Amino acid sequence: MTTVDRGPDALPSAIEGERIVAPEPSRGGGDRSKRRRRAGGFTPYALLIPASAVLAAIVGWPLIQLIITSFQEYGRAQVFGAAPEWVWFQNYTDVLTDPVFYEVLARTIVFAAVCVALTMLLGTLIALMMARLPKAFRMLLSVGLLLAWAMPALTATIVWGWMFDTDYGVINHVLVNFFGLEEFFKHPWLIEPLSFFAVAAVIIVWGAVPFVAFTLYAGLTQVPDEVLEAAQLDGAGAFARFRLIVFPYLKPIFLVVAILQIIWDMKVFTQIFALQDIGGIRAETNTLGVYIYQVSIAGGEFGIGGALAMIFALIMMSISVFYIRHLIKEDEQ
Amino acid sequence: MSATIIPAADTTRAVTTGATGRDAARRTGGGRRRIGTVVYSAIAVVLFFVFVFPVYWMLNTSLQPNNDIRGSEVHFWPDNFTLRNYETVLFDPGRTPFLPAAANSLIITILTVVIALVFAFLASVAVTRFRFKSRRAFIIAILTIQMIPGEAMIVSVFRVIDGWHLLNTIAGLTIVYVAAVLPFTIWTLRGFVNGVPIELEEAAMIDGCSRAGAFWRVTFPLLAPGLVATGVFGFIQAWNEFLMALVLNARPEMMTLPVWLRTFLVANGTTNWAAIMAGSTLMAIPVIVFFLIVQGRMTSGLVSGAVKG
Repeated sequence: MTTVDRGPDALPSAIEGERIVAPEPSRGGGDRSKRRRRAGGFTPYALLIPASAVLAAIVGWPLIQLIITSFQEYGRAQVFGAAPEWVWFQNYTDVLTDPVFYEVLARTIVFAAVCVALTMLLGTLIALMMARLPKAFRMLLSVGLLLAWAMPALTATIVWGWMFDTDYGVINHVLVNFFGLEEFFKHPWLIEPLSFFAVAAVIIVWGAVPFVAFTLYAGLTQVPDEVLEAAQLDGAGAFARFRLIVFPYLKPIFLVVAILQIIWDMKVFTQIFALQDIGGIRAETNTLGVYIYQVSIAGGEFGIGGALAMIFALIMMSISVFYIRHLIKEDEQ
Repeated sequence: MSATIIPAADTTRAVTTGATGRDAARRTGGGRRRIGTVVYSAIAVVLFFVFVFPVYWMLNTSLQPNNDIRGSEVHFWPDNFTLRNYETVLFDPGRTPFLPAAANSLIITILTVVIALVFAFLASVAVTRFRFKSRRAFIIAILTIQMIPGEAMIVSVFRVIDGWHLLNTIAGLTIVYVAAVLPFTIWTLRGFVNGVPIELEEAAMIDGCSRAGAFWRVTFPLLAPGLVATGVFGFIQAWNEFLMALVLNARPEMMTLPVWLRTFLVANGTTNWAAIMAGSTLMAIPVIVFFLIVQGRMTSGLVSGAVKG
């Protein structure tokens, strides 16, 4: 630690600022907010140098490169040394007039919407149910959820891919032998795009529900029992109690979780990419993240890929604005 | 305590605090409610199996001979138990070997966690304990950076790393991972440092500590659980990362585990599912173990008495 010591000013002194305005005693529990921070001269900047340097080198600099490239003709020839040519908005107009882009975008949005809706619905229901479970059963369910949550996305995708395998998958086997559905004998799940995305949705929802359920359940435990009991005494039914008491408590958490789900599902990569490896048709199942990879890394079209990446980043940033504002507000309260 | 921003911090509370929370509902029960409890419990058991089944199936498949897997019967239990698949994965000379990939993953992940923790710790002290001009700008930058999708950045990161001649190196992927986990790590640690009342430091200073000494002797030890938890989450992120590793470290001897695992999928010939499941198990186990550890750790650190304002 190299914090510069500024002498033994044991209590926040009046000279340091806001304390003059708010001279309340320092044992006031929850008020350790910005008014308690001290001016540190150069120290805070020194503390920020390492982190800022890494972020500038690995995020800032590439971001500038990305912006530049998106305005250039940059293909295989340029990779091997030809000078990139400035084409300004040509890449953007190319992307925005390409029907494939809109196809991919629509696919991404619809797929994310379905995944988010299912995840939030199931997560909420499970959270509400957990609140009513006897302790032993709640622990059991928690263990199951934790295991699913802990599975890495790639291994989860591979395992589900194996379960949905055409020839030896357990799901076809169960559907044919336990439920007598002969049409699923050697049924190829991943060839048809719609069915491919159904499998992808199962994988994603399975992996995301535990987070939603746990977070909302944590929120539920914060709802004061006295309020609920008082409402019950006043004659409020179960649904009224949920609508008027539980939901208002849960709403901010619910919104933040939903936003996070939207962000995560919009930029899904691993699950789609690995499922395509296992047996999907790439051209018909690309989502935006995978499409950028295909165009730039696999296809070598860095200019077009750059424009795509910029558009993608802008979409994601505008979705995140709400979330970032929420976090900043929380930081400042 | 702040509500929810960091998934980890809050959700962990659920598992343990839940026990005390909601029992009031049952106090007011009648017969209808008891039936409800039975139904809910039954659903909980079904859900347990739904969520656990893929994990079980991975293990089950990995412990069966390949013949059993490719037969017309499905074995729901590894009745012909074998460790052959793990042997294949670990030692078969015909494939990209597991051990170097595991070593790469381990080295890169540990370096990432250590470097990110140190850098993030310094930054989080700056934003929690000091007031300075660009504090707000820094916070906004951190949060914004975290929202830029890696898929959008991958090409230019590739070119920058290539320009520094760091493709297919430990250092290259490590620094990229450090940058990737830094915003999250800073933000989480910020929460933990905020959770330690500055009054404790001030008390130590009244007793004669210097400001740095007070921070080091009083606040830092209280942060240990936070550092562990944040470090474990960084570990999980770096260990699981797939896209950057796929693009930056594509050479077989420099692969990390996720990229190595993928080579099984795209291998020519029939897919050896039993071996793939063994490989998946080997990759997933450290993550699952760490995940379960951190669940308890976070709660004991956050909820236990000492720190509560």
